[in-house]
Amino acid sequence: MEVPGLFNYWMAVVLMMAGLYAVIARGNLVKKIVGLGVFQISVFVLYITMGKVKGGTAPILGDGITVYSNPLPHVLILTAIVVGVATTALGLALVVRIRESFGTIEEDELQAIEEGEA
Amino acid sequence: MREKPILRVGTKLLIPFILLFALYVQFHGDFGPGGGFQAGVIFAAAFILYALVFGMANARAALPAGLRRQIMALGVLLYAGVGVVGMLAGGNFLDYSVLSDTPTTGQHIGIFLVELGVGMNVFAAMATIFFVFASRDPSAKEDG
Amino acid sequence: MTLHDHLPALAVVVPLMAAPVIVALRRPTAAWAVAVAVSWACLAISGQLLQSVLANGPFSYLLGGWAAPWGIEYRVDPVDAFVLVIVSAIAAVVSLYAKTSVAKEIDPDRQYLFYAMYVLCLCGLLGMAITGDAFNVFVFLEISSLSTYVLVALGRDRRALTAAFRYLVLGTVGATFYVIGIGLAYMMTGTLNMADMAERLPAVAHTSTVRAALAFLVVGIGLKMAAFPLHLWLPNAYAHAPSVATAFLAGTATKVSVYVLLRIVLGVFGGTGLLTALPLMELLMAMALAGMFVGSAVAIWQPDLKRALAYSSVAQIGYILLGIAFLSETGLAAAIVHLFNHAIMKTALFLALGAIVFRLGSARIEDIAGIGRRMPLTMAAVLVAGLSLIGVPLTVGFVSKWYLVEAAIGAGLWPVAVAILLSSLLAVAYVWRIVEAAWFAKPSDKALAATEAPTALIVPTWAMAGAAVWFGVDATGTMGVARAAAAALLKGVAP
Repeated sequence: MEVPGLFNYWMAVVLMMAGLYAVIARGNLVKKIVGLGVFQISVFVLYITMGKVKGGTAPILGDGITVYSNPLPHVLILTAIVVGVATTALGLALVVRIRESFGTIEEDELQAIEEGEA
Repeated sequence: MREKPILRVGTKLLIPFILLFALYVQFHGDFGPGGGFQAGVIFAAAFILYALVFGMANARAALPAGLRRQIMALGVLLYAGVGVVGMLAGGNFLDYSVLSDTPTTGQHIGIFLVELGVGMNVFAAMATIFFVFASRDPSAKEDG
Repeated sequence: MTLHDHLPALAVVVPLMAAPVIVALRRPTAAWAVAVAVSWACLAISGQLLQSVLANGPFSYLLGGWAAPWGIEYRVDPVDAFVLVIVSAIAAVVSLYAKTSVAKEIDPDRQYLFYAMYVLCLCGLLGMAITGDAFNVFVFLEISSLSTYVLVALGRDRRALTAAFRYLVLGTVGATFYVIGIGLAYMMTGTLNMADMAERLPAVAHTSTVRAALAFLVVGIGLKMAAFPLHLWLPNAYAHAPSVATAFLAGTATKVSVYVLLRIVLGVFGGTGLLTALPLMELLMAMALAGMFVGSAVAIWQPDLKRALAYSSVAQIGYILLGIAFLSETGLAAAIVHLFNHAIMKTALFLALGAIVFRLGSARIEDIAGIGRRMPLTMAAVLVAGLSLIGVPLTVGFVSKWYLVEAAIGAGLWPVAVAILLSSLLAVAYVWRIVEAAWFAKPSDKALAATEAPTALIVPTWAMAGAAVWFGVDATGTMGVARAAAAALLKGVAP
């Protein structure tokens, strides 16, 4: 099936908004991290899409290969994925420690506890 | 899961091949798809599988925290060290062409060592992230 | 090639390689020694770079020998070199202070982690300043941000954890916005090298993709630099981080983000004409003015002094942003010199607060009552840096505000000049609160038990406070560099 021209870009926007919404609207810290992950992945989709050339293959020299996809965005996103993994891991590690010291990971309950201490 | 013989035997059969595949991805990186990032993750996956089936205590014995930390540090030092060697050999930082008599061989050696460093680092980091989350030991919390 | 040719790479490589060494060493004293050595080495490298850029003009370093625009290029010009010197000088002074304060505030088995993150953060900040590749900025931005989150989370209070978490969420959103912006610009130009991108953007400036890219970049960087109203992560992060981390970050992290804003918005998008075609500068000015007043006003009511000074930082970022928004050479020079001046005075203040926390265990306004007579040297440093924050003559704060007002008048914006003076009155209010509590209030029980802070804390604090006076009395050197930097930046901006 032929994918309509801008389908990937639309999906990137949908994922971006969904992720950002989850980060803003969800009170649960784990859900916030999930939202953050979706938000970052939308950017990965954006970059990978722009590197794709119709009919292009991996940029490895070989007989009869003339059209290559642009490898640069893919490499950039490899870096961004690693950064994303590190961010998610650190975020979840913080959530674990927040849960250990506050006993909750709900934003509103945390806020109530913190205001009591201020 | 310790009493399931199929899982135990199946895992024992699989792990060598996972490790081997990781090494393939690692060393094939300069000719085809692959490289240090992917290899490191696959290599770590073998240990994570081992930990899931045989328990954290065994996995910890196979891959102690100190060793992970050393591998991680060594990985970064290998990567940066190759760059510095390039500098000492008269090129710019991370210029691999000067590592050998012919630039092409130099590039091969350089990217090989750098990817090895990346692979070691990613492996140790992924394993550490899993171990830290899977363990209940609060003192290990900051290892990641 | 000589060692001198490799200095741009070494500025990043030295701290990067130090981090694994610290992790391998683990012993607190050894870790601290490495961190000090690295910070001072970076200062020496940055000083050399600034000297040679002022003498011989801008120069490039090609990573891996790959020619720009294909390879990653490290580009050193007056603006870069100035920021490098600011960051590494703050890092060097704070590193001397760190040992005593960190030993008190962080568990011994975690101290090595603090120092490893400290040098990694330094590596990221220096990298952001020196690189000429737009995506490379993101990589270094994340290196510094991730280490910053850990530094904040190492604070004693459990609220440090939630502060670090909120900073992580907002920081990641900001960095991701930056990547989106760079991605859209890359889509239209096919290059990531900043100089190359700046050449190619004007041809496609009319497209909505480029406009969207600019919008994403400004919001993303605005989040990282804590420009009002994107500052929400900052007060808690500064208030609950370990004292050393707060002093270091207050002096460097937001400043480097401002530099990235200058570099991207003026340097890369300057030639597109979008800066004047879109109401961008008006928007920045509104954000700046709102930040100046809200930040200062909120600071007056904070019971915790670290939080009060954090809000004051939001206001000070407002001044810097205001200087940029004038889009004139004087305004830009004022903004750049205020980067330097604010870094000095805020670091001095947070170092002094760290000394107070060292003795009292807190920096709340009721606890510091009467502390002026018990810790005279520390509080004198607070007074000097506080006067500078207000903008009293003979301090660095006065130099910045003088040029800001001059730029405002030069732009024909009298109300803005008046606003600068009015917001300074708010600064008088929050500094006076500290002075009143320290010298005129009845001493608290904690204050009665306190003695002067150890020499290891006093000397770095006074080094910074002294610099706040030194560069206030003789501003020709800093203003000279700032003017050269401003002129270089404005060259690429289309009228």
